[in-house]
Amino acid sequence: MHPIVQVSNVIKHFKDVKAVDGVNLEMQQGEFLALLGPNGAGKTTLVEMIEGIQHPDSGEIQIDGKHWKGHAHELHHIIGLSLQETHFLEKLTVKETVKLFASFYNLPNKRVDEVLEMVNLREKQKAFVDKLSGGQKQRLALGIAMLNNAKLLLLDEPTTGLDPTARREMWNILMQLREEHKISLILTSHYMEEAEFLCERIVILDKGKILAQGTLNEILTANNCFETIEFSLNEPVQNIGFIQNSGLGRVDWDDKTRKARLFVSDIVEQLPKLQALVQSNGLNLQTLECHKMTLDDLFIEMTGRRLDQ
Amino acid sequence: MQSPLLQLIIVQFKTFLREPEVIFWSLLFPILMAWGLGMAFNKENESVITIVQVKNDQYPDTSFRNFLAGAKEIRNINSPDEKALEHDVTIQGLGTTHYKIITGTWEQAYVLLKRGVVNLVIEEKAEGLEYHFDPKSSEAKSSYLQFSSILKGKQDELAQAMIKPLSQKGTRYIDFLIPGLIAMGLMMSTMWGISYSLIEKRSKKLLRRLVATPMNKGSFMVSQFVARFVLCTLEALVLYFFARYFFGMTIEGNISALIALFCAGFFAFCGIALLLASRTSNTFVANGIINAVVMPMMLLSGIYFSYHNFPDVVIPYIQALPLTMIADGIRSVFLEGAGWPELFKPIIILSTIGFVTFISGLKVFKWY
Repeated sequence: MHPIVQVSNVIKHFKDVKAVDGVNLEMQQGEFLALLGPNGAGKTTLVEMIEGIQHPDSGEIQIDGKHWKGHAHELHHIIGLSLQETHFLEKLTVKETVKLFASFYNLPNKRVDEVLEMVNLREKQKAFVDKLSGGQKQRLALGIAMLNNAKLLLLDEPTTGLDPTARREMWNILMQLREEHKISLILTSHYMEEAEFLCERIVILDKGKILAQGTLNEILTANNCFETIEFSLNEPVQNIGFIQNSGLGRVDWDDKTRKARLFVSDIVEQLPKLQALVQSNGLNLQTLECHKMTLDDLFIEMTGRRLDQ
Repeated sequence: MQSPLLQLIIVQFKTFLREPEVIFWSLLFPILMAWGLGMAFNKENESVITIVQVKNDQYPDTSFRNFLAGAKEIRNINSPDEKALEHDVTIQGLGTTHYKIITGTWEQAYVLLKRGVVNLVIEEKAEGLEYHFDPKSSEAKSSYLQFSSILKGKQDELAQAMIKPLSQKGTRYIDFLIPGLIAMGLMMSTMWGISYSLIEKRSKKLLRRLVATPMNKGSFMVSQFVARFVLCTLEALVLYFFARYFFGMTIEGNISALIALFCAGFFAFCGIALLLASRTSNTFVANGIINAVVMPMMLLSGIYFSYHNFPDVVIPYIQALPLTMIADGIRSVFLEGAGWPELFKPIIILSTIGFVTFISGLKVFKWY
């Protein structure tokens, strides 16, 4: 069976900026894959090339074994997508908007009603698009993406800017879709928890390159990431060299928050040593947070920046 | 399920009809404008000439003072604390002229000249009356000639002259105006309705979303043009029937040639609109681009007043503008009884403009 998406050594420039820099990616049918990365990482450009909206400068993209060139009509029927930001026609109702898109796929009215049901917009079907909340607009975009029972769904930041309830509602719809239909999903996001919750495979992108990929555990294990101790000291210090040279683990110091982040293999073992070390330098811990390492932590460790920047 | 083309056309109409402001500006505003201008220029033969008298009691001019003696006192709207004088002179065939005389100093006269309230200042001097006005202004010249004739007692001569006022259809200002407004409506509706709407859809990423479906791009473009054509036709018909029933306008020439000219004009503007909308996704840039094309035509093409007042050297260029061709063509059918022989050339030129710009626009059109 063909991989549903095969991206081979794809490069894309915008003037002097290399938005996507030699990306290779393979995705199997039925897989849910998250593309994680900060703004400007190249997520949208990569997704839009997979969607056929943009064309790579070099490299090759195949969807279900087919290139966009010569198969555009066919591929449009097997993919569904939601762009990062789409403003549908404001003075059309929700149902009219879905109906318009349904007409492009030659779908019956019954399918329009089904989709409205799936994205919980039946009650809002007569509302004008400009009267919808942010979450409802995103669900409308998702509904339109789902219209044609696509084999491959591409959602570009579908929950950015939504409140936690609206985000959770989107996740539930996607989880239901995953359980009931054998679709494949590529989702771009800033949110690590979204990727963790929805997708079995995560690809971390930065500056157009893949930094890491695999399941969450695979990525964390491969990068020797286990746990972090985040702390601040009771007195301002200019230099935390005494911790850096202690051999406890790698330390990142944030000048703005005056907080340190210590990466350790085992908190239970290393925390008492840290406390002893701090006290022996005439200081005390003022704040302390211990947690298992997340993708956010990993990303910071890899790039020095946060995912949601 | 309806066909995508039909759906796209229906969507265009729905979005139009659900914007009351759009209906006002595209359908009602042209009627209000036609009504306002038509009424303003179709009043009974009455006119007003306002003059500033710079009084000099040392050298009173007898004829002027006699004229003022027959005047009544009225409120001076430019200075409510002061009064003005009004003397009405009615001459058979020329109608009534209300001469409003404001007495003041030279300083006051300059202010009123600058504000455009008056165009003639008369000063009493030892040698007689001195008339001050801008000789380049035809209106000021006319005020001078009329008033000086009246003071010289020539109204009887004027009254005896054989004056036959023109009142038959086709010679009134409204007859000149309505074809111009129809042509301008066609241009504005097409240029803004197509260009701006396409650029806005691009800026909101709707075009990008649409082309990521199996939608036929040709169907999308056709839907834009079909819907706009229906709306343009509706706007033109509303304006025509208003003028027909309110001002008694009729079409003297060949209707099929008129329809062909209207279609060719629409096609020309569609092509220009598509070309203008082909690249940018910034609505501020869109405003600038559309205005840069529309404004010169609006000012030069003789919509409100004849472009024959421009220097002879520029007239051939003005006549080559699409809006001028359409306005002149519609006028010739409405007023002169023109038909296919007269309209054949503008129809071919407009269609060619439409074809060239349409193809160029499609070639460089950016969907995302």
